[in-house]
Amino acid sequence: MNRLVDMVGVFALLSVLAIGGGTPILPEMQYLTVERFHWLTDRQFRDIYSIGQVAPGPNMLMVLVIGYRLKGALGALAVGLAFFLPDCIITLFANRLWERYRDSPWRASIHYGMAPVIIGLMLSGTYAIAVLSIHNLVALLIAASTLSILMWRHVNPGVLIVIGGVLYALLAH
Amino acid sequence: MDLEKPSSEIKSEPPARPQISLRGLFRIFLTLGAISFGGGVVAYMREYLVRGQHWMEDEEFLDALEVSETLPGLNAINLSVIIGDRMRGALGAALAVVGMTLPGTIVVLALAVLWQGELHFQVVGYFLTGVAAAAVGLLVALTVQLGHYQFRRLIDITLIALTFVAVSVLHLSLPLALLLIAPIAIWLYRPIVGRVNPGVPHFRRDLRRGWFRH
Repeated sequence: MNRLVDMVGVFALLSVLAIGGGTPILPEMQYLTVERFHWLTDRQFRDIYSIGQVAPGPNMLMVLVIGYRLKGALGALAVGLAFFLPDCIITLFANRLWERYRDSPWRASIHYGMAPVIIGLMLSGTYAIAVLSIHNLVALLIAASTLSILMWRHVNPGVLIVIGGVLYALLAH
Repeated sequence: MDLEKPSSEIKSEPPARPQISLRGLFRIFLTLGAISFGGGVVAYMREYLVRGQHWMEDEEFLDALEVSETLPGLNAINLSVIIGDRMRGALGAALAVVGMTLPGTIVVLALAVLWQGELHFQVVGYFLTGVAAAAVGLLVALTVQLGHYQFRRLIDITLIALTFVAVSVLHLSLPLALLLIAPIAIWLYRPIVGRVNPGVPHFRRDLRRGWFRH
């Protein structure tokens, strides 16, 4: 029971911290689930992240796998509600209020001030996944080729992600 | 009884939003949740809702995206809430979010049952490692594209570096890092009479190019 309360607390916190999307909270999620609460190993955290990548819809549905791993179906439900519900409620009401501050110059200030902070957080999230996954030349080459293809052409990233997985499985052993 | 005609036929409202049933709204978000792969959900939404279904003008979609990005939460989910709410109120918002997440939820939970933390086949472990490695490439591409304007301004580069060092090198907790850096960042861009905030045209143009985002 205590663990369920911790899980709800952790993911509700991550929910309201998710400024700029899911990637910026990856380091904090890793810290809380691996180092702080010892729910997962680094390797499990990375595998769960990858599971989120190959499923359709938002990648952050990976949090359901963490919930399921810790407390079965109930855990998945609790984590899902804790992670998604606060943001949905905030957005529903904040968006309705938004019109009132439409012309406030502070709107632009927040937007342009937070943009570089979000970029920095995305770099941190990327770095966290890189440390967990790039341990040899093959992995490095897969990451580099995915990046170059995406910078060069408008390709569906989902396809490249699956190709990356298959290539690594073929080449790494 | 002509006088009792629904007022919508008499008033000349700004472009009437297409009428959509709750069931229809749910079905469309369910489709979106099932077909969007690889972190490109927002791009799929724009393509499907603006160009496919003509639910709204592109400008309106971009406005909603701007709100979604400023508020905490995943952009795709926040957008679902905003668009669902506009089409059919709070219930529409709820159905939009459930539709958007249901297909992925089923897939992810099926994989969770299969995975169970242990890997019965070594090859699955290799596959997931390769997926994560490719995802790193994708994340770098996303970050570079999202921040290509910021990467050219010294003030922004400084803030980017400061944030990265705080989180990845000093290992500050995210709330603390945000508490320290966000006020400075917003203050640097505070409204000053006569100064136009930079980047506005860039921001709009980038959105129009419809880059995939998380």
